[in-house]
Amino acid sequence: MWDKIKDFASEFFVTGDPLILGAQVSIGLTLIAIIFTLTYFKKWRWLWTEWLTSVDHKKIGIMYIIASILMLFRGGVDALLMRVQLAAPELEFLHADHYNAIFTTHGVIMILFMAMPLMFGLFNIVVPLQIGARDVAFPFLNSLSFWMFFFGAMLFNVSFIIGGSPDAGWLAYPPLSGLLGSPGVGQDFYIWGIQISGIGSLATGINFVVTILKMRAPGMKLMQMPMFTWSVLSSCVTIMFAFPILTVTLFLLFLDRYLGAHFFTLDGGGNPMMYINLIWMWGHPEVYIVILPAFGIFSEIVSTFSKKRLFGYKSMVFALMSISFFSFFTWAHHFFTMGSGANVNAFFAVTTMLIAIPTGVKVFNWLFTMYRGKLSFPTPMLWTIAFIPCFVVGGMTGVMLSVAPADFQFHNSYFLIAHFHQVLIGGVVFGYFAGLYYWWPKMFGFRLHEGLGKWAFWLWNIGFYVCFMPQYALGLMGMTRRFNEYNFDMGWQPLNVVSTVGAFLMGLAFIFQVWQIAHSIKFLKKETSGDAWDGRTLEWSIPSPAPLYNFARLPQVTSQDDWWEKKQRRARGEAELPEVAAADQAPLEPIHMPRNSGIPFIMSFSWFVAGFGFVWDWKWMIVVGLAGVIISMLARSFSYDTDYYIPVDEVKRTEAAARGAH
Amino acid sequence: MRRYYRMLATALFLTMVAVISGCSSEQYIVLDPKGPIGESQKDLIIITTLLCAIIIVPVLILTAVIVWRYRDRPGRKAKYAPEWEHNTKLEVTWWSIPIVIIVILAGVTVYYTYKLEPSKPIASEKAPITIQVTSMDWKWLFKYPGENIATVNYVKFPEDTPIRFQLTSDTAMNSFWIPQLGGQLYSMSGMAMTLYLQADEQGTYYGSGANFNGMDFAQMTFDADAVSQEEYEAWVQEVKSSAPALTMNVYEELTEPGPSNVQLFSSFPEGLFEHIVTQYVEEGSSGAHAHHGQAAEH
Ligand code: HEM
Ligand SMILES: [Cu+2]
Ligand SMILES: [Cu+2]
Repeated sequence: MWDKIKDFASEFFVTGDPLILGAQVSIGLTLIAIIFTLTYFKKWRWLWTEWLTSVDHKKIGIMYIIASILMLFRGGVDALLMRVQLAAPELEFLHADHYNAIFTTHGVIMILFMAMPLMFGLFNIVVPLQIGARDVAFPFLNSLSFWMFFFGAMLFNVSFIIGGSPDAGWLAYPPLSGLLGSPGVGQDFYIWGIQISGIGSLATGINFVVTILKMRAPGMKLMQMPMFTWSVLSSCVTIMFAFPILTVTLFLLFLDRYLGAHFFTLDGGGNPMMYINLIWMWGHPEVYIVILPAFGIFSEIVSTFSKKRLFGYKSMVFALMSISFFSFFTWAHHFFTMGSGANVNAFFAVTTMLIAIPTGVKVFNWLFTMYRGKLSFPTPMLWTIAFIPCFVVGGMTGVMLSVAPADFQFHNSYFLIAHFHQVLIGGVVFGYFAGLYYWWPKMFGFRLHEGLGKWAFWLWNIGFYVCFMPQYALGLMGMTRRFNEYNFDMGWQPLNVVSTVGAFLMGLAFIFQVWQIAHSIKFLKKETSGDAWDGRTLEWSIPSPAPLYNFARLPQVTSQDDWWEKKQRRARGEAELPEVAAADQAPLEPIHMPRNSGIPFIMSFSWFVAGFGFVWDWKWMIVVGLAGVIISMLARSFSYDTDYYIPVDEVKRTEAAARGAH
Repeated sequence: MRRYYRMLATALFLTMVAVISGCSSEQYIVLDPKGPIGESQKDLIIITTLLCAIIIVPVLILTAVIVWRYRDRPGRKAKYAPEWEHNTKLEVTWWSIPIVIIVILAGVTVYYTYKLEPSKPIASEKAPITIQVTSMDWKWLFKYPGENIATVNYVKFPEDTPIRFQLTSDTAMNSFWIPQLGGQLYSMSGMAMTLYLQADEQGTYYGSGANFNGMDFAQMTFDADAVSQEEYEAWVQEVKSSAPALTMNVYEELTEPGPSNVQLFSSFPEGLFEHIVTQYVEEGSSGAHAHHGQAAEH
């Protein structure tokens, strides 16, 4: 009996590695600490009613952001471990199996569990406020999306201590990711973790498309929407077309592994190339899904801190939409070296380059928004300005990669690694940081310490260039990605050392950001005006943090940058436009709100249980999990008491408290 | 205080420049080609870099100038035009600048794509030598059908002679790359891809697998030696007379996952390469890779 248990435990838990043991112990301790704190301060009920069951888009947004920052930490530690391993030739710090697992989890976590949720967090917090709505179109679905993402991410993350991490790369090409190439459970964790969270992402995409199309404040025409909202729309439309491909692809891979189907194995008549085509038909649009909202953020920030209208609004909209369209016609540039022939390569090389045109136009438009402006440089603007050169250079190396015959020399080398980190860090991460800094006062009602923020800013930026510029050079020296060790004669060491130093500078920058937040909470500087940056769009017209119902009266919109125009009219002492005045003075009415619900949490947790069952092929657990899912669905369809009205008195009281503060 | 930060940043930057320039130019092997294919690819890399730079460098300068000139400070003279949001002439200009550059770049790319199509033979008076390459877990197997010898993790060939590499894989795909001779091409199971390369100079060139295929992927590097015709012939004779034969049993051992040292074989079973390529193809089917038109050479 005892031996059996021991056998099982050694298969179930990852053992025998001091790094992982350390992680297991610290995860265990953290869990105990959290449970203890919640119990000691009697916060369980609070956690459940205020957060876990909340359908408020602002709270869901905050939970997305917290989760993604934790994932940034995890992915960042992975990155530092890899950089340490690469700092010296033939170092015996991470062995091949461990290194392969780490770059796989790093890639998956950074893109799917860090960038995506950070993006969804900003969508959730900002979009309803920007379009003058009281919530998203489907609040219940929104909560479900979050918990699906969350439990998917957790399922993926536990593989690290339970069963072993996947190690076939972040896109898991078969046959390596098939049963023969990866017999362990790591790849099953990969499939189920991504699948569960991917369904959540698809739902979010649909939710926001509907929200933006249907829930805009009275008077707001499509061509008056703030640019961030436009970018969210383009990103969500892309999600709606791309994510179903991912779902199907992973499902086929699952069938191959679980039922011995042969979609992607040569024996039995399948074809691994099919997988590579499918996964990149999702994967390339995916990188545009995460970058488009960053473009929107920059547009907002540039115009706010230049005190000027966004230049070339229509060009910007057209550019966003054409980028999401073209992103579906470039996937084959990820395998120019597959020998598909000159016709195919030429076609995909040219379609890839085409995307550079609208992207270039956007850069010009940002520059000409600043031109003849009045620029000030608080942290959100600093991130935006640093982004422009970084993204321009990253874009240029992207165009170089798209030149198919030249890509024969760049493909799978460190040149590629440097390129995609430059656009992902310099574009996506810096963009979302800019957005976080910009909307922070709106989210929490206090400002972040600027001095520490500037330290973080400089360390991130210097660290970035020190880390990734040498990698372009390493690529030209023939260094291949996913090498865990290299020979001393290659002369790759000096640049690798520099690169590792840069990575640690970024790690330090992250610590400064955590410090900045802790410091700002401690010396709370309340932001009482609601309009922290003298903003231009509707979210700045209401108190910070926004009340539960966002807008006591739905605003009447008459122009682009509506809030700014209104402030200008007031400053000039003009009378308000009649329709606006009428909306502003309309009597308050009870506000219709959705009720909190525990079902999204329970249903997603049931998915987690079912996924875990599939990973280990424990039939009873699959049954329990799926039963939970079905019961949750039934429970939802039989719950009729799903909404309520906030009475006028309460709205009055809330408004008085929020507005009375200044 | 401030000054120290600046000094620190400058020092860091200078160290970086020093380290990068300290690496001798020969180490940038992609930019130090020793054959016609690599040579053309290097030209292409330089042309495209310059084309991109034409647009990038002015944008970078413009960014710096605008940010500096329009910063908000007391007594500034630069104009402030808060409502200025549209100018057809300007917008047409910067739609057209990238369009022009991309059109030129696309032209260059298409031209080179056909010119450098990897399966296109290299013009030469000498007949090409065929080398059949198989990526395995985790080693490279090279077979010389003309000489009936085989090697593991090592290739040798004469200079100035086109080499016709035929690539396949035993399991997961990989990518065959000798940077100084030319760009890489995938090796995939179930099919034979053709990659022509040539060395114009004698020397030992670094070769590697560029596409991750599992555990000991990093061990899949090899030396590619380009030598004189005589030396090559002598080497072949030596391998033939002194090395063991690659029997089917030995081949089965090679297919076991694991890295390997350099190995030489005096012969190999006839049709071994074709066997590897077609091992998964069922009788009567047209093969797994109908989509790779010109590559189906089995
Ligand atoms: C913060 C600093 C970062 C450092 C130092 C870093 C470092 C690395 C390293 C060393 C690798 C492995 C390269 C290889 O040998 O293949 C890697 C791969 C990767 N990184 Fe990062 N990274 C960072 C941030 C990010 C971010 C923010 C993202 C995405 C948003 C990202 C996405 C990826 C992806 C997709 C891969 C490829 C994984 C694979 O090969 O399967 N990284 N990174
Ligand atoms: Cu792509
Ligand atoms: Cu193929």
